[in-house]
Amino acid sequence: MGKTIYQEKTRILSKQKLASNFFLLKIASKKIAANSAPGQFVQIRVQDSVVPLLRRPLGVHRIEKNNFEVLFQVVGKATEMLAQKNSGDYLDVIGPLGNGFNLQKRGEIILVAGGMGVAPLVFLAEKLKKSVDPKSKIQKIALIGAKTKTQILCETEFKKSGFEVRVSTDDGSKGAKGYVSDLLKQVLRTTHFALRPNIFACGPRPMLKEIAKLSKEFGIPAQVSLEEHMACGIGACLGCAVETSKGFKRVCKDGPVFQAEEVIW
Amino acid sequence: MKNPDLSVKIGKLKLKNPVMVASGTFGYAEEFSGLVGLHKLGAVVSKTITLKGRPGNTLPRTCETPAGMLNSIGLENPGINKFIKEKLPVLRRAKAPIIVSIASENDPQEFVVLANELEKIRDVAAIELNISCPNVKTQKSLISQDPEATFQVVKAVRKVSTKTLITKLSPNVTDITQIALAAQNAGSDAVSLINTLLGMSIDVKARKPKIASITAGLSGPAIRPIAVRMVWEAFQKIKIPIIGMGGIIDASSALEFFLAGASAVAVGTANFIDPKISNTIIEGIRSYLKENRVSHLEDIVGALKA
Repeated sequence: MGKTIYQEKTRILSKQKLASNFFLLKIASKKIAANSAPGQFVQIRVQDSVVPLLRRPLGVHRIEKNNFEVLFQVVGKATEMLAQKNSGDYLDVIGPLGNGFNLQKRGEIILVAGGMGVAPLVFLAEKLKKSVDPKSKIQKIALIGAKTKTQILCETEFKKSGFEVRVSTDDGSKGAKGYVSDLLKQVLRTTHFALRPNIFACGPRPMLKEIAKLSKEFGIPAQVSLEEHMACGIGACLGCAVETSKGFKRVCKDGPVFQAEEVIW
Repeated sequence: MKNPDLSVKIGKLKLKNPVMVASGTFGYAEEFSGLVGLHKLGAVVSKTITLKGRPGNTLPRTCETPAGMLNSIGLENPGINKFIKEKLPVLRRAKAPIIVSIASENDPQEFVVLANELEKIRDVAAIELNISCPNVKTQKSLISQDPEATFQVVKAVRKVSTKTLITKLSPNVTDITQIALAAQNAGSDAVSLINTLLGMSIDVKARKPKIASITAGLSGPAIRPIAVRMVWEAFQKIKIPIIGMGGIIDASSALEFFLAGASAVAVGTANFIDPKISNTIIEGIRSYLKENRVSHLEDIVGALKA
C-alpha cells in the first residue's frame, strides 16, 4: 500500500542457463533493486508485439547492488522468447509489485521451495541472513523439491545464506523420493524446535495446499506465495483472484504472499 | 501550426481530449497512479457497479489468446453504496471526469435505482449503461441483444437522470445498428461500441475450458477489425456520438475509430500491457492532426475516404 511502482526500460546485464530449461537474467534497475522486498514480483514485457500480448509476472530472485535477477523456466512461447534475449537487450519492466513475505526474525525458519518456487525464496534467504543476528544461531532450513535432480536449483545460494539444505525429487534421483511437502512433514515430525518456527513456501498450488494442512496440523504459521496467470499485475483487472476466508482477494495486489490459513484451498 | 483542438462534446459532457479508459480495465484509477498521468485522461470509466455488489466469478477468470485475452470477472464490485462511500473519493483523486458504469443483475429496474443514486452526486460526469456484459450468468440474454429491451432500459433511466447517458452495446448481435438506434431513440446521449465478443478457449491436454465459466469476453487487438466495422455501420445510421473501443493499443489504432465515425475512444486491454499507453495515444493523436494540418479532431470523425 502506497508503495511506489516503477515502469522502466531496463537493460539485461547477463544471461545464464542454469539447467536445460532454466534461465537466470540479471537486469539493471536502481529503482527496482532498491525498493523490492522478498516475495514481490515484476511484470516483464517480453516483446513489443501483440503475441504474446500480456506481460509475464516473475518473482524477484536476487538483488545485487543496482541490479535484480529473475529466474525462470521455459514453459511457453513468452518464456521461450525471454530465454532468447541477450545481455545488452532492453526489457520493459514494471515493479516491484505485490506484497512480499512478512519477515519473522524470531524463531526457526523453514523455507519450502517447489520447482520454480526457489526463485523468490533465495531473495528471502539472503535478506534473512542480513537481518537475523548471526550469533543467534537460529536454525534455518531450506527444503527444495523438484521433478528430477537436474532441476534442483539454488542449493549453493541457500547454503551461503546459512541454511541447512535438504532435497527431494519426484523420481528419487536426488535426496528423498517424493514431494517436498512429504519432506516438510518428516522435518516437522523429527526436529525439535526450541523456539517457534515459521514456514515460508513457494511452489505449485497442490504443494502449497499440503503445506497449509501441515501448518494447521503442527500449529506452525506458514506464509505461502501463490502463482497465478495475471493480466494487469497491479490490482485493476481482478483477473487473478484467490478465494480467502475474507472473500476474493487479488493475488497480484493483496498477495502474492498470503497466510496459508487464510486461503480457501 | 498551432495546437489542434482535441476537445469533444458528448451530451452535456465536454472532454479536453477524446481518450478515455474503458470500464473494467482501469480499476478505480488509483491502481494506475504514478504510472500514468491520470489528470491528462479525457475521462475515466469506473468498473461496473451493481446495486448489491458481486463477489465475481469462480477461477480461472482470464487467459491469453492470440492477440487478445478472454475474461470472465463477473462484474466483481462492492455495490453502489460502498462504491459511493469508498471508491468514488479515490476516483476523484484522478482529477479526470468520472463516468460511472452501472449494470443490473436480475431486474432491469435496478438501472433506475442506480441512476437515481448517482443523480445527486455532482462530480459524476456521466453514466455508462452496461447492458452488454457477457459474464453474468443470471441473465439468459443480454439487454443489448434486444432492441426493445434496450429501448425500455434507456428510456426508464432517461426519465430519472439528467446526466449524460452512454449506452454500451454488445457486438454479439446480428445488426448492431438496430440496437444503437433503439438507444438513441430512447434518449441515450451516446453509445459505446463495443463490449467484448463472446469467446472460448480450451486446454486440450486437460480437455477443460481455460476459463471456469467456459465462455468469456474476448478483448484486445484480435477484435479491433470487428469493432471498427461496427462503429462504421452505426455511424451511418445514428446521430448521437459514438465512443469507439476494442483493441486500441496505439494512436494509429485509435485513429481508425475516429475515421470510422467515433467521436471519442476508450483504451481497454492495452492498459494492462502499458499503463501509460492512454497518455501516449493522446500525444500520438495530437501529432497526427498536426502533421495532417487538421485543426479540430472532430474534422476527422467519419472522414474515411470510401
